[in-house]
Amino acid sequence: MTDVSSEVRELAGREYQYGFVTDLETDVAPRGLNEDVIRLISAKKNEPDWMLEWRLKAYRGWLTMEEPSWQKARYAPIDYQDIIYYAAPKPKVAPASLDEVDPEVLAMFDKLGISLAEQGRLSGVAVDAIVDSVSVATTFKEKLADVGVIFCSFSEAVQRHPELVRRYLGTVVPRRDNFFAALNSAVFSDGSFCYIPKGVRCPMELSTYFRINAADTGQFERTLIIAEEGAYVSYLEGCTAPMRDTNQLHAAVVELVALDDAQIKYSTVQNWYPGDAEGRGGIYNFVTKRGKCAGANSKISWTQVETGSAITWKYPGVILQGDNSVGEFYSVALTANHQQADTGTKMIHIGKNTSSTIVSKAISAGHGQNTYRGLVKVLDSASGARNHTQCDSLLLGGDCGAHTFPYVEVKNPTAQVEHEASTSKIGEDQLFYCRQRGIPEEDAVSMIVNGFCREVFKELPMEFAVEAQKLLSVSLEGSVG
Amino acid sequence: MLRIENLHASIGGNEILRGVNLEVHAGEVHAVMGPNGSGKSTLAQVLAGRESYDVTGEVLYEGEDLLALSPEERAAAGVFLAFQYPVEIPGVGNLYFVRTALNSLRRRQGLDELDAIDFLSLARERMGLVEMDESFMSRSVNEGFSGGEKKRNEIFQMAVLEPKLAILDETDSGLDIDALAVVAQGVNALRSEGRAMLVITHYQRLLDYIVPDVVHVFAEGRIVRSGDKDLALELEQHGYAGLEQRAALTPSAAPVGATP
Repeated sequence: MTDVSSEVRELAGREYQYGFVTDLETDVAPRGLNEDVIRLISAKKNEPDWMLEWRLKAYRGWLTMEEPSWQKARYAPIDYQDIIYYAAPKPKVAPASLDEVDPEVLAMFDKLGISLAEQGRLSGVAVDAIVDSVSVATTFKEKLADVGVIFCSFSEAVQRHPELVRRYLGTVVPRRDNFFAALNSAVFSDGSFCYIPKGVRCPMELSTYFRINAADTGQFERTLIIAEEGAYVSYLEGCTAPMRDTNQLHAAVVELVALDDAQIKYSTVQNWYPGDAEGRGGIYNFVTKRGKCAGANSKISWTQVETGSAITWKYPGVILQGDNSVGEFYSVALTANHQQADTGTKMIHIGKNTSSTIVSKAISAGHGQNTYRGLVKVLDSASGARNHTQCDSLLLGGDCGAHTFPYVEVKNPTAQVEHEASTSKIGEDQLFYCRQRGIPEEDAVSMIVNGFCREVFKELPMEFAVEAQKLLSVSLEGSVG
Repeated sequence: MLRIENLHASIGGNEILRGVNLEVHAGEVHAVMGPNGSGKSTLAQVLAGRESYDVTGEVLYEGEDLLALSPEERAAAGVFLAFQYPVEIPGVGNLYFVRTALNSLRRRQGLDELDAIDFLSLARERMGLVEMDESFMSRSVNEGFSGGEKKRNEIFQMAVLEPKLAILDETDSGLDIDALAVVAQGVNALRSEGRAMLVITHYQRLLDYIVPDVVHVFAEGRIVRSGDKDLALELEQHGYAGLEQRAALTPSAAPVGATP
């Protein structure tokens, strides 16, 4: 006789497909962190003085801050002097065109299923490929430039569009926002930069693919997206890393700015290496993501599918400053084996008639621990603000956990805030029903889980939705015996 | 087609089936009637492969040991259970579910899978049998369906999957008289020479619509009487209590299902 919990224990056997290491000649900074390392990073990127100053201020701030410990996740203390803060595949100068990209790098991305050749599988999607600390290639740049869209690596933006970077950098996530954001501000090495000019609807999906390759390095990228009045952009990010026994830190910062009537849709499929069945290794994904609806009638949507990382700790939020602005957060977080996730969102209502929607789907299997933590804050200026929050948890087996910590702070009496939550177990009844119809058990589990996530998947762009479903199925492979 | 000998089933040490004997031939419709709690639904679940029971005895299906097969293998061999309480699966479209089921069966049978377009025309035709609206198809499996809609959906699935042995577990419960007529009409349309049906019901009224070849009376975990369709009428007059009394007089009378 089998039962769900014993089958689900097998989840430990799931395979991580992207765990290979590519032998790239890498230029690395000395281990550890001090002002010299920051100066080195800045010098390698040939940065202007203001940028170096900004980094150093962040670093000095970071030194006075303490690592937070309020999250529901356990891990051994991180030794910040044992991390390599900069690693770049040689040649360190960004290639001018795809022809100049190291064939090893191209081969690595092909293996990941991301073709950098522009006629590839994801044609119609412009890709910025980031390996360890630097951007190695950005596709479709010229085509985007025709409509005025700037899509390039962060380093390139600092060189070529310093006025834009200076105006917006740190305006949504300040240098000293939190411990990890401060660390990132000091040492960030690359990331993507997008600028959509007034009235332009970006003609293709923009995407960044993050790959950690080198050992013992942290990845600290910084992404900045600006949508001017009436502009629209849909942006995707994907991530993978090799299998290693040691934990690696990924502390990114993402800032989004939407002006009047602008819309930004930001989708993440995060599949960092989750560690092995015993919980050894894996990425610590400690990320600060925030958007600001600065203009009236603007809209920012976060959609995330989090299946990887040993620990995921992030709260993509929206500051709803413009009147009638809209913030959305759709999340699927899967924790299996010994993975831990403490994720959710912050919706800060400032403008009048602002509204936000939160849909969180948490799936726990094995010894996975899944926490939803969210803040809905309505300031006294935000008359007519509305929020609807829905948090659903699905448990597979008896050794995992689901936790919900919703924080609600309302300072305006006209606000309407709703919170719904549910926890369910994948039922013997559901499984038996599927199997009686001839659907094998493993397919049935995958079907039920995908059904549970449908509300979130339908928010993803088409290619990503298919990708996400596949990823979830792979992650659940071997979950039944 | 189906031969059950001395079937026992218990759950948590509590014996529910206590020596069931039954033989069903292709083309026959057998009704299994009995009071609540007599074990009728357990019989259905055990035949379909529910794993929560401890089972002993023998069940031969087309000469094979049915009890050795997993639920999905039984389905592939042509066993279908119309559930008394159809299960809801949120977020999974009904049509997608049925197509996945059909293609899983076809894969096991070594047939090509049906693509979405071929499947849709098949599904549309079969929906007609139970007068089901197309709007049901895009909704999640049984979610928000009324009792009657769920039962129609079971018969619709049966019509698509075309089983050899269909077990209908209290398909009439929760149906008003109009819905009952529609569901019964669907079932009757699926009667055929190669297909056997085991119709489990508490009430005689279903058998006005689905006329059985054999009627069995189930009490305390086994069949206590078998006869033709008139037995159902007799039961209607005397009630189960009267029959149980008679059964008590002849405890060893556990007849093998008679052919009509």
